Amino acid sequence: MSRYDAIVAGGGHNGLVTACYLARAGLKTLVVEKNDWVGGAAVSRSLHPGFTYSNCSYVSSLLRPEIMRELELPKHGLQILPYEGGAVFMKGGGYLAMYRDHEANRREFARFSPRDAESYDRYSRDVLRHCRFIRPLLLRTPPDPTSFRPRDLSELAFLGRKLFAMPEKDIYAMIRFWTMSISDFLDEYFETPVIKAYLAVSAIIGTALGPMSPGSAYVLLHHYMGDVDGNIGAWGFARGGMGSITQALMASFKAAGGEVRTGSGIEKILVRNGRTTGVALANGDEFTAPLVISNMDVKRTFLKHVEERDLPPAFVKSVKRFKIRGSSGKVNIALDALPRFPALPDDSPCIRGDMHFTDSIERLELAYDDWKAGHFSRDPFLDMMIPTTTDPTMTPPGKHFMSCFVQYAPPKIEGRDWTDADRDAFGQTVLNQIEEYSPGFKKLVLHAEVRTPRELEAEVGLTEGNIFQGELTFDQLLFNRPVPGYAQYRSPIEGLWMCGSSTHPGGGVMGAPGRNAAAEILRSLKKPAAMGEAYAVL
Amino acid sequence: MPSCDAIVIGGGINGLAAAGRLALSGAKVTLLETAPELGGMATLAHLCMGLDPRLEKSLALADHGLVWAERNVSSTALSPDGNHIVLKGAFAETVEGSLSAEDRRAWTSLRDTLLRNAALLAPFKAMPPPRLARDHGTPLLDLLRNGLALRRMGRDNLREFLRLMLINVADVLDDELADDRLKGLIAFDTVLGHHAGPRSPNSLLGLYHRISSEVNGQQGAIALPRGGVAAVIAALAGAVRARGVTIQTGARVKAITAEDDRVQSVTLESGEIFTTSLVVSALHPATTLLSLVGAPVLDTGVVRNVRNIKSRGSTAKLTLTLQGKPDFHGADLRSRLVIAPSVRAVEEAFNAVKYGAFSEAPVMELLLPQAFSTEPDLGRHTLSALVQFAPHDLRMGWVKGKPAFLKAIMKQLEHFAPGIGKQVIAADLLTPHDIAQHFGAPGGQWHHAELSVEQMLFLRPGVGLAQYATPVRGLYLASAAMHPGGGVNGSAGWNAAGHALAKGGAA
Amino acid sequence: MKNAQLHFRQPLQTTPFHAHTSAANKLNAWAPWAGYTTALNFGDETMEYTALRNQAGLYDLSPMVKYEISGPDAVRYLSRLTLRDVAKLAPGHVHYTAWCDDEGKLIDDGTLFHLPDGRFRLCCQERHLPWLMDSAIGFDVRVRDESEAVAALSLQGPCAYAVLARAGFADAKSLKPFQLAEYRLGKSGKVMISRTGFTADLGYELWTSPDKALELWDVLMEKGALHGLRPIGTTALNMARIEAGFMIANMDFVSATTALRPDRTRSPFDMALDWMIDFNKGPFNGRAALKREREAASTQWAFVGLDIDGNVEAEHALVYDNKKHEVGHITAALWSPTTKRNIALAMLRRPYHAEKSGNLWVEIYALRELEYHKLMVKAAVVPRQFFNPARRRATPPGMM
Repeated sequence: MSRYDAIVAGGGHNGLVTACYLARAGLKTLVVEKNDWVGGAAVSRSLHPGFTYSNCSYVSSLLRPEIMRELELPKHGLQILPYEGGAVFMKGGGYLAMYRDHEANRREFARFSPRDAESYDRYSRDVLRHCRFIRPLLLRTPPDPTSFRPRDLSELAFLGRKLFAMPEKDIYAMIRFWTMSISDFLDEYFETPVIKAYLAVSAIIGTALGPMSPGSAYVLLHHYMGDVDGNIGAWGFARGGMGSITQALMASFKAAGGEVRTGSGIEKILVRNGRTTGVALANGDEFTAPLVISNMDVKRTFLKHVEERDLPPAFVKSVKRFKIRGSSGKVNIALDALPRFPALPDDSPCIRGDMHFTDSIERLELAYDDWKAGHFSRDPFLDMMIPTTTDPTMTPPGKHFMSCFVQYAPPKIEGRDWTDADRDAFGQTVLNQIEEYSPGFKKLVLHAEVRTPRELEAEVGLTEGNIFQGELTFDQLLFNRPVPGYAQYRSPIEGLWMCGSSTHPGGGVMGAPGRNAAAEILRSLKKPAAMGEAYAVL
Repeated sequence: MPSCDAIVIGGGINGLAAAGRLALSGAKVTLLETAPELGGMATLAHLCMGLDPRLEKSLALADHGLVWAERNVSSTALSPDGNHIVLKGAFAETVEGSLSAEDRRAWTSLRDTLLRNAALLAPFKAMPPPRLARDHGTPLLDLLRNGLALRRMGRDNLREFLRLMLINVADVLDDELADDRLKGLIAFDTVLGHHAGPRSPNSLLGLYHRISSEVNGQQGAIALPRGGVAAVIAALAGAVRARGVTIQTGARVKAITAEDDRVQSVTLESGEIFTTSLVVSALHPATTLLSLVGAPVLDTGVVRNVRNIKSRGSTAKLTLTLQGKPDFHGADLRSRLVIAPSVRAVEEAFNAVKYGAFSEAPVMELLLPQAFSTEPDLGRHTLSALVQFAPHDLRMGWVKGKPAFLKAIMKQLEHFAPGIGKQVIAADLLTPHDIAQHFGAPGGQWHHAELSVEQMLFLRPGVGLAQYATPVRGLYLASAAMHPGGGVNGSAGWNAAGHALAKGGAA
Repeated sequence: MKNAQLHFRQPLQTTPFHAHTSAANKLNAWAPWAGYTTALNFGDETMEYTALRNQAGLYDLSPMVKYEISGPDAVRYLSRLTLRDVAKLAPGHVHYTAWCDDEGKLIDDGTLFHLPDGRFRLCCQERHLPWLMDSAIGFDVRVRDESEAVAALSLQGPCAYAVLARAGFADAKSLKPFQLAEYRLGKSGKVMISRTGFTADLGYELWTSPDKALELWDVLMEKGALHGLRPIGTTALNMARIEAGFMIANMDFVSATTALRPDRTRSPFDMALDWMIDFNKGPFNGRAALKREREAASTQWAFVGLDIDGNVEAEHALVYDNKKHEVGHITAALWSPTTKRNIALAMLRRPYHAEKSGNLWVEIYALRELEYHKLMVKAAVVPRQFFNPARRRATPPGMM
């Protein structure tokens, strides 16, 4: 039985981030991971000979630059590559392109509506304003509004000051934005369905919401508040796949003296007299530590790995009702050659960006209605990318890896578990949709991996296959995340902490929950953390 | 050219409430109503789910003939197999029928929580929405006072309050209850009059809005005035007349004229002009500002904000004249009958309006006023129904769509009351489009402006318009689109008039 | 349609004069302007500037954003949109104007042309279609972006009229500043000439359809050769506009429609454009806010001219009171070849523009052989029109 200062349960990106900061602060830290590899949902897997897949998360924008720099991730091999534009293919053969060049993009929008082309600037400005408010909150622990402790009061005051620093009308505009549906929000700027459809998807990716659900505009912000080298709202690839992020984190962790054990997951978080004493693994190994930090979602952590009798009943009830419905799937494809999309000119940069086939908000919403009824969408939304048009390291030259993020797929089909037949039908629906816009596409498919919420839960451990480790609605954000009273990375069990995306500020390959958790832990130990101030926006 | 201290435009409940409050202050008030009769959209309601007590008391409505036929109308969640449950007392204090002991316990606890949380919101209804700005201290102090009230409720309750502030009702019901009938009914009540389904995030606020109101001092009660909601209007009209308000019906306003940003006069279609320095309009803000004042008089940003007000009506009103009493599998007809078999049924009914269609299996609330009456049964019965969901703009067009929608409603009714179709002598269906046309309320929305979070409190009905005042000095907005929203309660009108008086009216 | 989707190959558009400007552009010195490829200079910016002040320069103005406004309510609409009373703008006249949002903050400034046929043309730096369209609600008016439908040249300099006269537009002699008229171009063409410009010198702007653009260029260049006419690029024009003291949206102030930080916006009082505001003409955008600003005397900024000691250009410099207290910044600066002064346009916090302007200093980082030298130089507030010759106003115009 080995002793550690801290054990991180789960080697996802947030767990590794926390582990890095703890190790760097001098704690003898162990990361335990059930899979034979680390990375959680940020992995590069070789599932077909010669091909590297980003088979879960597939693009990067949210990973905090503060973390990349403080943990020296570039030194440990991480390289983030911005990608170019994108396109929405339309029924009937046309398409809407998005270009990085402002003027090319304006003229593209103007093909549909000169007014929309110009409204896009105002729209971008307004969204950026909201980003400026929200970004500084990412790397802070949410205050407890029911507490009178000085730190909570001062954090509340910080929020108040930030809010009231804005002109009155801007405050209202922001609160409206947070609570609106993305559909209603876009209606205030645009008249063209396909433009609205393109912009709306950022508001629903990963959520159990439709574009007409109030609150979805906030989710848009969640996808816009990241950046690639200061370019707010831009997205990029990790060179070598998303696993490069977690590999760099692991290297950074090991360089700081950390230890990693893969191949056997947590069976039990050991608790004695209301405080944790360590962990017992599925293979029977036991490790002791006064600190256990769970990277697993809040439901998995407390309902599967902690005895219910060790927890207050009210807390258990809160955890049980935590909403973590999965809504998405993934189809990962090895391609023999670059597919052609007849609508696109051969030299279009759009093929190197994100491509969609959903050309109206109504189609997105209809796809959501299927999910509500317990089915996967008959006409799903696809966020399709071919990272190998940018990244030369993932496949042999001329071959390609295609990542299709698919929405919506429910955690259960009409209340029952997914079957292999359901999964295959889901995969076919996706391939058929692509084939419709790229005749001959299916013949290029060398291998396809279809992942429904079932696979996501089984492999990565995300309960119900929810990629954010919990839905991003207001009853589960800020001081409500994951559950009221426990929004500061602590749990009812002394020494047991949370650092996954179930905690503030939520999901995405952001690392902020991991860093914030580390900050809280180190503060509780009265140890200095090697963390700087959050970077300014623009 | 007649002149008066104040003109109130619109003779619905908010117009009357505003006129009453202005008159109480001693002003010489003229109220102008387009229709030949008063009441506006309140005439669509068949029950009273909250009447502002300030109005009832200050105007002594009881002295003007307001009598309650039933102070606590029960609600029956209809079941197609006759296994109904009946909710009695204010906001379902007790439940009669086959409900598991577990659900009874859970409901009692959930009801307490919801009533407690809603009660905290009630004080906000009686004040102008607070402003979020450093230089507007007083309303902010009110806000802080309420904030302290929040803290006094205890830490666990406060946490629960915050969690349940912006949440959807479907999740709350699924977390706490098992019975589909009970859940369906609460889900229906939550979205009644709203453009939302139970799964829509934040939908629980719709329920809070309803149960934070009171009738006869009973929070969350539903009451039936003797003579129907028309009797509330009649009493109110009598009360304001008695306080010197001149009421002109059949008087359609054509324009509100402003000069140098100050209101000057009101011109009727007939050509008649009233000079005045105070106008309180209970018409939809878009009608008031864009049609009567005119966009050219306003700044472009204001025009944008007004046009961004969302007013999607999705409730239809059906009045059936029946030969004989309908039979809903033996349900007691002296009750509000609700067809909303499950949360999912309500949600799926809502799905349709997102795409400009009506629900194929609509959900509805039914009332047979005669069941509450002591008059002898003359054989004919009127069934009044509020039906959801139907859009203002039906994609197939309402000319073709109206008979089809009626058919869908009758099919649903037949399911719960077999044989009812054969009893129908006459059917009068008002779609949101009809309501918009008939009452001049764009969108045909119950609350004029949808009552959703982004159109509540300081955001109601839009940015910069929440304080009842307008960019035209002396012109105030008093419609249901204003805080705290619509319903047969008169709070918006009462608040607006109070605010106008506080601001010195025309000054 | 298919071709229309290929703009990713050429993100910037070319103007109707591109065939000629590209032939003349010896250095291939281009810069983007409003989505177009435009010449920064054609070979020698000093000589281009000199031609502008000595003979005449020809500047491709086509990228300027242009809106056509027509319909029965056009005058009322424009009066509500902009600060000035458009009822006073007769056909055949132009005025300089500006417009604000509800908060009374500037969206843009520009020139409004009342064409002989009654239509209006609004020319400006930035695009505003959504604002113009939303402002049209309630008016019987048509707003159309005609930026691509109108080719424009700016002919500026003391010999500008001489060039015009020789090119067949001698009738333009009667045009007073801010007047316009239509003339024939060749056999079938038409050109609208306005006596306007961005240089504070004698000058004209010529407006025609894109298919006549090259013909117009040809006739001007051919006939203008005798007068030393040469094409000029944006660098030379910008030198002249700083000497003229003219402002440009998003260079000297941030437009209210693009400002990310709310405190970056500026009112007409800040920008010394309050002379335009006609409070008595009836409702217009920003009226209430501007009235409040006037009544409360709450204006915070002042856009001024600075005369700076020495000869080191003060581009991007900060301005201090008493060398310590930061009171503003410079938005454009230049050693003025014509006035032989070191001039700048600056945004100063009040009252440092006037009552407390006696002790202003400018912090300049002077680049001297790859090393920056920090200078603290004295500056004085002066009228913004550094260059304002009588020939600018003389009618009939001079020939040299």
